Amino acid sequence: MVDVAVERKSAASAPRVRKRAGLRTALKRKSTAAFLMTLPLILLILLLVIYPAFYSLHLATLNKSMQRFVGLGNFQFLFTRETFWLVVQQSCIFAITAVIFKALIGFVVAHFVHNIPAKGQRKWRGMLLVPWVIPPAMSTLAWLWLFDPSYSAFNYLLAGIGVDRIPWTGETGWARFSVILVNIWVGAPFFMIMYLASLKSVPDQLYEAAAIDGANWWQRIWYVTLPMMRNIIAITTLFSLIVTFANFDIVRILTAGGPLDRTHIFATWAFRIGIEGGDIPLGASVSLFMIPILAIAAVFILRDINKRGNEA
Amino acid sequence: MTSTAVIDKSAPTRAVKLRSMSRDRTWALRWSYFFLTLFAIFALIPPLYMLITSLKTSAEISAATNPWWVYHPTLSNYVELLTSNQFLTFFRNSALVSIFVVTITMLISVPAAFALARMRFWGSATLATGVFLTYLIPETLLFLPLFKMFVVFGDLTGIQLINKWYVLLIVYPTLTVPFCTWIMIGYFASIPKELDEAAIIDGASWFQTLTRIFIPVAMPGLIAATIFAFTVSWAQFLYPLVFTTSTDQLVLPVGIITTLIKGDVFAWGQIMTGALLGAAPPLIIYAFLMDYYIAGLTAGATKG
Repeated sequence: MVDVAVERKSAASAPRVRKRAGLRTALKRKSTAAFLMTLPLILLILLLVIYPAFYSLHLATLNKSMQRFVGLGNFQFLFTRETFWLVVQQSCIFAITAVIFKALIGFVVAHFVHNIPAKGQRKWRGMLLVPWVIPPAMSTLAWLWLFDPSYSAFNYLLAGIGVDRIPWTGETGWARFSVILVNIWVGAPFFMIMYLASLKSVPDQLYEAAAIDGANWWQRIWYVTLPMMRNIIAITTLFSLIVTFANFDIVRILTAGGPLDRTHIFATWAFRIGIEGGDIPLGASVSLFMIPILAIAAVFILRDINKRGNEA
Repeated sequence: MTSTAVIDKSAPTRAVKLRSMSRDRTWALRWSYFFLTLFAIFALIPPLYMLITSLKTSAEISAATNPWWVYHPTLSNYVELLTSNQFLTFFRNSALVSIFVVTITMLISVPAAFALARMRFWGSATLATGVFLTYLIPETLLFLPLFKMFVVFGDLTGIQLINKWYVLLIVYPTLTVPFCTWIMIGYFASIPKELDEAAIIDGASWFQTLTRIFIPVAMPGLIAATIFAFTVSWAQFLYPLVFTTSTDQLVLPVGIITTLIKGDVFAWGQIMTGALLGAAPPLIIYAFLMDYYIAGLTAGATKG
């Protein structure tokens, strides 16, 4: 009885449903629903990332008032400027030195944290990650004050041991050292955390086996730790290379490119020309020079991440 | 247990070796603590120095006494900043921007991540890769074209976006959404298929599967993504510097830097107080939700 009743009911309602199917079923269909759910994301990426990226290519071919097409004129002009080559040089020095030291310090500190009993690790990790948590613009202000020409707290300490005052941000060499130091300070904790997570995932049996075979600590790192961490080291380094290469906050606040444009990197120089100097096309051309290195790093990261995905 | 068994079985020489190993271990531990202390000092000097300076009067700062010690601690810098309308405006703008951006980010990235993780459709794999690549594009590459775009947009439609704090609501999601989507894809993909199959069999719609199953199960990931979106929008410096100029539209980092550093007079006591207050919200969140914070940090470089 009950079965029949249900059947009848559904049979009666079937044609009605089919009639006004259109939108309803379309919405119920998986692909339509999925498309609608990703639509805001797609729009965001298209309108605010892809479009501006190509727009910047277009801008780079215009003259300062953006009314005349000059082709590659902006690039030709840049190549004749001495400052441009300084910026290229400084960007490379800045990014490569900072990333190498961040990676080294991160690796060493991660090992120290990993060495101590698990109970205390949380506390140390918490303290060591603080530089990464503070907004870089805010912590760079503290560094600016620590490097102050007349009241530098570091110079005060150095005077205590008889060292002359150091012009932290006033002299080319020291200014370059200072921006790199602050960058290392901000970025090293990120490496530390990534390496620590990856160290914890290396199975203890491997170290036991190595110890039984008589490996010393160096051999254990070289033959066990590094191969196991290779992928995460590559990803973290490449990722940091992108972020460091495109850095803005630290250099802008600490030296604003000075002394005499010696610490400008692509982003700060593009800002100086494009926003402060009002020459948007030239600024856009400058920032376009970041693309090759970003693209290379991105390709390698993607490869490593896919590899990692396959391993898991 | 096992180690005692080994000692019992073997000759005394083995025991000697074990003791030397444990001595090595003690020394390794001491060295670890020693270097960790050094690194912790290095890590904490700037925030501590902010605190030290923020407790000093301008007179004490310019008297060039020992910069590492406060002789006459005072809270006057804090009182002055927290009662100044300008500073409170910066704080309000920052808070509004961050809260709105977090909301927008979650509304866009959670459904998108769900669709990309579970509902395979044409181009979904490409889109997931594209999302990750977008995350790698730095803001320093896009600020000039975006600036020009908003100027042109204002000329065309008469809606001025430049120099309004809400323009940041449009540009910040480009920084937060790709990463949040990426880590949410990872969290959603790790949920067993049986769970949503059961829900579908019970007659749940896709939307119900998302809200009743995926969001509760992936809550840790959701919290990590929220924290990430908040800290990024709170700390962002370049976009507000480019897009906003009048003092009533500024957010905290730019506000402190452009209004407190004017000309030759650096009010360092106030600058450090402002910087510390600006760093406080992320630090407080970090202090209470460290594990989520770290989970979000490490999830970015992993797939699934």
